[in-house]
Amino acid sequence: MDLSAISPTLLIASLMVAATPLLLAAIGELVVEKAGVLNLGVEGMMIVGAVCGFAVSVETGSPYLGILAAMAGGAILSMLFAFLTQFALANQVASGLALTLFGLGLSALMGQSYVGIKPPAMGTVDIPVLSDLPVVGPILFGHDIVLYMGLGLTAAVWATLKFTRAGLILRAVGENHEAAHALGYHVVRVRILAILFGGACAGLGGAYISLIRVPQWTEGMTAGIGWIALALVVFASWKPWRVLLGAYLFGGINVLQLNLQAAGIAIPVEYLAMSPYLITILVLVILSADKSAAPASLGRPFHASH
Amino acid sequence: MIQLERRPQPSRFWSFFTPVVAVIVTMIAGGLLFAALGKNPIEAIRTIFYDPLFGEFSFYYRPQLLVKGGPLILIAIGLSLGFRAGIWNIGAEGQYILGAICGAAVGLAFYPTESVFIFPLMIIAGLLGGMAWAMIPALLKVKFGTNEILVSLMLVYVAEQLLASMSLGLLRNPEGHGFPGSRNFQSYESGHNAELIAGTGLHWGLAAAFIAVILAYVLLNKHILGFNIRLTGEAPRAARFGGVNPTRLIVLCMGISGALAGMAGLFEVSGPSGQISIDFNVGYGFTAIIVAFLGRLHPIGILLAGLLMALTYIGGEIAQANLGLPAAAIQVFQGMLLFFLLALDLLSNFRIRFAAKGAV
Repeated sequence: MDLSAISPTLLIASLMVAATPLLLAAIGELVVEKAGVLNLGVEGMMIVGAVCGFAVSVETGSPYLGILAAMAGGAILSMLFAFLTQFALANQVASGLALTLFGLGLSALMGQSYVGIKPPAMGTVDIPVLSDLPVVGPILFGHDIVLYMGLGLTAAVWATLKFTRAGLILRAVGENHEAAHALGYHVVRVRILAILFGGACAGLGGAYISLIRVPQWTEGMTAGIGWIALALVVFASWKPWRVLLGAYLFGGINVLQLNLQAAGIAIPVEYLAMSPYLITILVLVILSADKSAAPASLGRPFHASH
Repeated sequence: MIQLERRPQPSRFWSFFTPVVAVIVTMIAGGLLFAALGKNPIEAIRTIFYDPLFGEFSFYYRPQLLVKGGPLILIAIGLSLGFRAGIWNIGAEGQYILGAICGAAVGLAFYPTESVFIFPLMIIAGLLGGMAWAMIPALLKVKFGTNEILVSLMLVYVAEQLLASMSLGLLRNPEGHGFPGSRNFQSYESGHNAELIAGTGLHWGLAAAFIAVILAYVLLNKHILGFNIRLTGEAPRAARFGGVNPTRLIVLCMGISGALAGMAGLFEVSGPSGQISIDFNVGYGFTAIIVAFLGRLHPIGILLAGLLMALTYIGGEIAQANLGLPAAAIQVFQGMLLFFLLALDLLSNFRIRFAAKGAV
């Protein structure tokens, strides 16, 4: 075992990369849940985003088009969920599960001819001077654009929810949809927009895995990150900055266990690979005592009879 | 202008017919999908739904129907109890794996002793293994209010890693020349879940599935526990006023579904699959969720739905071999089925009225 091979600078830099898909998916789901909808299909939307982004990047040679395609893919899939839960008034838990099962199959089908191909690389943002700084440079200023988008998105969601009228309406719909409806807001419309936003974010998160983090396409490659993102929203008590914190924490754990695997520590690989999931459970246990932060209408269907 | 009007009670007619309509709509949509993949849709649908039952080689495929349907029915029966009460155990795949590991471990511990008691012991171990795995989310939910959906799902990934570790380590066949995977139960008579009647595909797992269907039917219709489960699902507040203990209900529903999933895993590992290996689990635990919903969470419905899903698996394999249909296409097909079912459920819960705008 050689722990000295683990460089702290690289560790933190790769932690940020590992955390980004989780952050993107969780921020999207946070908005969805703030609107009072529980979409358990994050995993399915992520994997479809991953394959859409990958396929379009390979075909067009542009990772940026790929990212757009991934967002579109995730959003289109989430439209199915929106239709089921908002128009057909189906059970949200069952519909979310259906989305994940369907998405996993669909992505496997779409990705068949892309196994083993390398996608076009996305360049890193090089900021003169800043990127060349020792230690801080590679950690903060040597990343790709999507990673910064994730950070920007967190700030934007926080500001929108806290300071804008749109954010207030969204929260009202999530807290008490009957009251929001009585005030004249379109509950279903707000929720559909939130679901689409969540889908696009999840798709983007998925594409980050297949285009930047891995970068390759393999079946089922999201490996539960969508589910961890769902847990993360609970962990964060529905607060954007805490989602960021949680994502970096989980990213850190994941990178650390991968590094320990590579360093050949005496713990078997399988047990190290279990750790992110076990820690997710542990965190859920610790934080689930307090549910007061959850939007009051979360998971409840809304049907205006008039 | 289309308007929805909530029915005071779900329509009996539609709750019976939506699964049938959903299957037909899925066949049409699936046909379009297969056509998009460049296959003849009619031929593909015929290969999936007709050939395994009545085709040239149906003598080989019909037993397979029972082999694949058995675990699906067994798991789905367990899940349906919890789903009815609003308790979402979606980690049956993990409980299935743990059942297989525990049952196989007991069997392998006795190798090469031959005794009639070994197989029953293995069944008990499998049952307990699955149940213990399901108890984790159940107890966490009861004690700390942790979301059972997320915990049970996380435990699937943990179980998969455990399975890999077992087939590479503890349970690896010492005479296997270093290949991963345990000894094969097909060559260990006492631990082998053999066909009960040769050539039918009927093994103990299927017998257990039939028993589970009957017991679940009796439980839901004749027993106070079944009544409490239904009451909690349909009117949680009334159930609480009526003195239903939610803690007990959660533990019971999760425990039963875990035990049944564990048993399904044991019957699979000691029978059709034969050994613990890295890719032992093939997603029955997830497909069983579709089976439970397709069967309307009703035992008889689940029996039929399980056989239908088994048919799509087998037909999918035939279509893969004969028509070159990708394996994932069947997965998409199964996912679509659940979608259409959920969407069509609208018909059983709501009346659709076509009213002129402003007439309300």
